[in-house]
Formats: sequence, C-alpha cells, structure tokens
Amino acid sequence: MSSKSKETLHACLHNVNFMIGFFMLLSVILVAIFADKLAPFGYTDQLVGPQFEAPSAAHWFGTDELGRDVLSRVIYGTRITLKVAALGASLELIIGVVVGLSCGYFGGAIDHVFTFLTDLTWCIPGTILALAVVTLIGKSLTNSVIAIAMVCWASYARPIRAKTMSLKTMAFVETGKAFGESSAALMFRYILPNVIPSLIVMVSTTLPGTILSTTTLSFLGMGSQAPSPDWGLNLSKGMDYIGSAPWLSIFPGIALVYTVLGFSLLGEGVRDILDPHLKSQ
Amino acid sequence: MSEELLRLENLSIDYKVKGGYLSAVNDVNLSVHRGEILAVVGESGCGKSTIAHAIMNLLPGGNESIEGKIIFKGEDLRTYNRRQMEAIRGKDIGMIFQNPLDSLNPVYKTGKQVEEAILLDGIDRVQAWNKVLELYKDVKMPDAEVRANSFPHELSGGMRQRVMIAMMLSRNPELLIADEPTTALDVTIEAQILEIIKDLKKTYDTAIMLITHNFGLVAEVADKIAVMYAGEVIEYGDVYEIFEKPLHPYTTLLMKALPRRTKHEGRLQTIDGNVPRILDKKPGCRFANRCPYAMEKCQSETPPEIFVSEEHKCRCFLMEEGKEAEA
Repeated sequence: MSSKSKETLHACLHNVNFMIGFFMLLSVILVAIFADKLAPFGYTDQLVGPQFEAPSAAHWFGTDELGRDVLSRVIYGTRITLKVAALGASLELIIGVVVGLSCGYFGGAIDHVFTFLTDLTWCIPGTILALAVVTLIGKSLTNSVIAIAMVCWASYARPIRAKTMSLKTMAFVETGKAFGESSAALMFRYILPNVIPSLIVMVSTTLPGTILSTTTLSFLGMGSQAPSPDWGLNLSKGMDYIGSAPWLSIFPGIALVYTVLGFSLLGEGVRDILDPHLKSQ
Repeated sequence: MSEELLRLENLSIDYKVKGGYLSAVNDVNLSVHRGEILAVVGESGCGKSTIAHAIMNLLPGGNESIEGKIIFKGEDLRTYNRRQMEAIRGKDIGMIFQNPLDSLNPVYKTGKQVEEAILLDGIDRVQAWNKVLELYKDVKMPDAEVRANSFPHELSGGMRQRVMIAMMLSRNPELLIADEPTTALDVTIEAQILEIIKDLKKTYDTAIMLITHNFGLVAEVADKIAVMYAGEVIEYGDVYEIFEKPLHPYTTLLMKALPRRTKHEGRLQTIDGNVPRILDKKPGCRFANRCPYAMEKCQSETPPEIFVSEEHKCRCFLMEEGKEAEA
C-alpha cells in the first residue's frame, strides 16, 4: 500500500464522524442483505400474532392492523431504502455529471440553456416539483426516485460546471488537445478524474436528502404502494393509529432517522477527509 | 534541400479587443523543412505563441480572425474540420508547452499518460509500456521505470518536461512545435533539454519549430531563425548568417544587446522605447518609432519582404536601397 493510501486510511480511522457513520451504515447494509435470515416473519405474512399487539417478547416492535410483524417489515424496509439511495444517487450523478461537464466544457448555448434549467429547478420547491413529476409518470417507488433525481441533479451540475470551467483552462487539458484527444475524451478522461474527490463529497452530502425526499413521496402516497414495507408508507399508515398503536409509526421512523443519520455522519466525515479547505472554513 | 513540411502563407491573425482589432500576427510567410530546427525569436507579445497555437488550431476561438494559409504537407490545415484536426494533432504535429508544471494530468501516473498516447495508435499494452520505458531512456530520464510509475507531482520541472517530450515523441510526429520549452526551467536543465531536442532531431529526423525569446538558446540549436517584431517576421535566414551579419536594424540592435564574454562594456545596450500595440492596421513599418535609421517613408509605407539572398529575407526599406544597417 502506498504511503498516500495509508495516510487516507489513517485519516478515516481517526475521524469520529466517519467511523460512527460507517458502522451505522454497515449495520443497515448487513440487515438489508440478511433480511431473510433476520426477520422472524415475512413482511406480508398476516395474522402472525394478534392485531395491534404492543411490543412484546414475541413481537419486539409489535404488530399492525393486519397482525403483521412490525419488526419484520422494518427489516425488509432497509432493502427499499438502500435501493432508493443507490438508484437515486446514480441517476442524479449521471445527469449532473453529464450536464455539468458539458456546460463547463462547451460553454455557449448549451451552458445557457442548462444553467437556466438548473436555476429553474432550484426556484421551485423540490418536493412540489417531484410531486408534479410523479403525477405525470405514475405512482411507484422507481418513478418517485426518478422524480427526485429530476429535481436533485442540479445540485451536482452546478459545482461540476464550475470545477470544469477552471480545469479546462489547465495546461494538461490543452496538452491532451494538442495530442489529438476528442472533446469526449478530454471531458471524461482528463477533467472528470480531477472532479471525483469533490464528487464523492457531493454524493455523500446529498444522499441523505435523496432518501428523505423519496420517503416523503411515499409518505404522501406517491411512492411505494401497499403492501410494501417502505418506511415512509408505513409511517403514514401508522398515523391513523398514532393514539392507540404508536409503535406502527415510531419504529419505521427510528429506522429512517438511524439510516439518514448514518449517511449524514459518513458524508460529513468524507468531506472532512477529502476536502480540508471546507473543514478549515 | 529537404522536403518542405510546413508553410505559412500570408498568415495574419487579429484579436478582437475593446476598441478595435489587435494585430497579433501580420502577413507571416515561413516554412519548416524536414529535419530542420526553425527558431522563432521575439519579445513577449510579438505573436510567437499565437502562430504556434494557430498551426495546431488551438486558439481560444471566438474573438480572433485568421487570414492566410497554413499548409502542412501540401494541404491547408485551415480547411480541416474538427475531426481531421484531431487526427493531425499529436500524430503528425506534436506540441510542447511553455509550462511543464501543469501540462500533465495530476491524477494519472506519468508513464500511464505516455502509454495512453501510444495506445491511440492501436499498439498492445505490453509493447506500449516497453515503448514508454524506451522513450524515457531517449529523453535521458534517470530511473525510467520508477519515474514511469510516479505521479506528476513527484517529479521535478525538468523531469516533467522530459515526460512531455517523451509523450510528444511517442507517436513520432513529423513536426514538433516547442513553445518556450525551457522557460520555466533553470539553466542546467535547459541545456540538457536542448541536448535532448538536438539528439531527437538527429534520431527521428523530426522538424522542430522552436519558439523562444532566448537568442543564446537559438544559437545553440537552430538551423534557421525567424526574428519577429510586433507580429511580423522582420528577418529570416540561416542561423550563422543572421548571427554574423544581421540586416534588419532590430536584429542588429538585439545582437548588440546580447551579453558577450568578449565585450567588457559595462552596461548592456538597450533599445529605446516599447513594442507598439498595433490596434487597427495602418501602413508603415512597425519598428519605425524605435528605429535609428527610420526614414520618412517608413512612417507611411509598409516595407515588403526583401530577399537579400535565396535563403535570407528582411522586411526593411534599407535593403531596397542596398544599404545595410551598420552593426
């Protein structure tokens, strides 16, 4: 291992935020992978116990109106959340990177059009825009992720554009050009690798937002549909019984907070490690 | 004489600036032959780099207007489209830039970058890597293998410039444009780099267009010199001839301003005045305001390029009258 990677590893190990976030996320990922083994019941199994049973030894998180085990549903819910995180992040990244790079690299008309679009998505409240998009393309979890990505790409495009603009004037890009490299090669092989450190920071800081937004759409009934164990959906379903059976919404809520917190702490840690300038500010 | 590789015909480049057009390059006629080193010499801002960038079609684009022809191997590069130009760059014409310190991509190992260049020609990886090491030896890189596995920031300026040269030579271009390749380097490294350039000319028979403001460097390596002043080539000829018998008053004065070991004159001679900023072309010699021999017609008429011999031309009215600037 080179001294540089050793240094990075050392920085990671000594960053409290990073380590806490890392282990929180690791636990979420493990739960998602081994959901089949960990969950005592299937997430659609009905009447595995009495309806509305409070948390007990048999059902740690209690049961819901159909006698389903809340613990099992929360456990299966992690899979959905992680899927949302992965899908959402990749979509936002792809759109944001392509738009940001081409705006910064080509400038001119392309830049004007997309910068205008970026401004436009930023001046409309995200959730409302996402709601509109979902209504247009139909209610489902995947569609809600797409909708969120359509709203969030701007937060990637803008910084990438700025970074590209400064990088493209660097001598090594001109060297590449003098070498007969095409614009695409210059953008993706010369400029993009130099943006990646900032990109990692951007991903880790926007991911919690993406998860929360998608959960919001599910909560509003525009995302996952029953009988999905989606946390947002269960939170809103549990609202009906909040007085008599609070455990229906409390446990998915805690799981959501735990996951988002994990992502946030990790993101903060990554930012401190990769971007010392930000830290000092 | 060997085959003519590059010919610039009446090349003029104007930049649009506030208040008019800035004439950066005016009516330049030059040619570079195979296996020849042409030095383009001139003060800062005289249009040397603009010519180099124009040949590669690397001018920023948008605010300049170009006239004339850039003929490479019989074809006018200015008629080429983007794709054709990309095919020419690196493969037929290579370019080394002024600043080696950030001419390399900071995120890849240097050997990898040279290898990438070679891979463009469809050679397999093992062969390409061997070629990289070979090139590193060609440019006299110490510990070729270690350096090839180093990142740019781990190398010194001189080493980085060697990598750049290796990279540009990797595809064996017929013409190499070196835009002040040693400006950022110290004198000992400069000497080494020049040695390398000279060796390479011999080994690969590459034509080199060396852009510099350093006359000492020119005397060292060049075959031909083109002296530029305010966007114009005012004198062109064989390096010995120009050093022995400069014709244009500007060249003459420049030669006098050179520090020499044999002269012990105390202060070095200077040329009074400044390079004019040529906004909107007017007739007249561009050097007239600083020229000790200026005549009346120098103010009102543009001197043509006068061939004093087949290989030596000079843009000055003095030549017309058979007089020579007294050195």
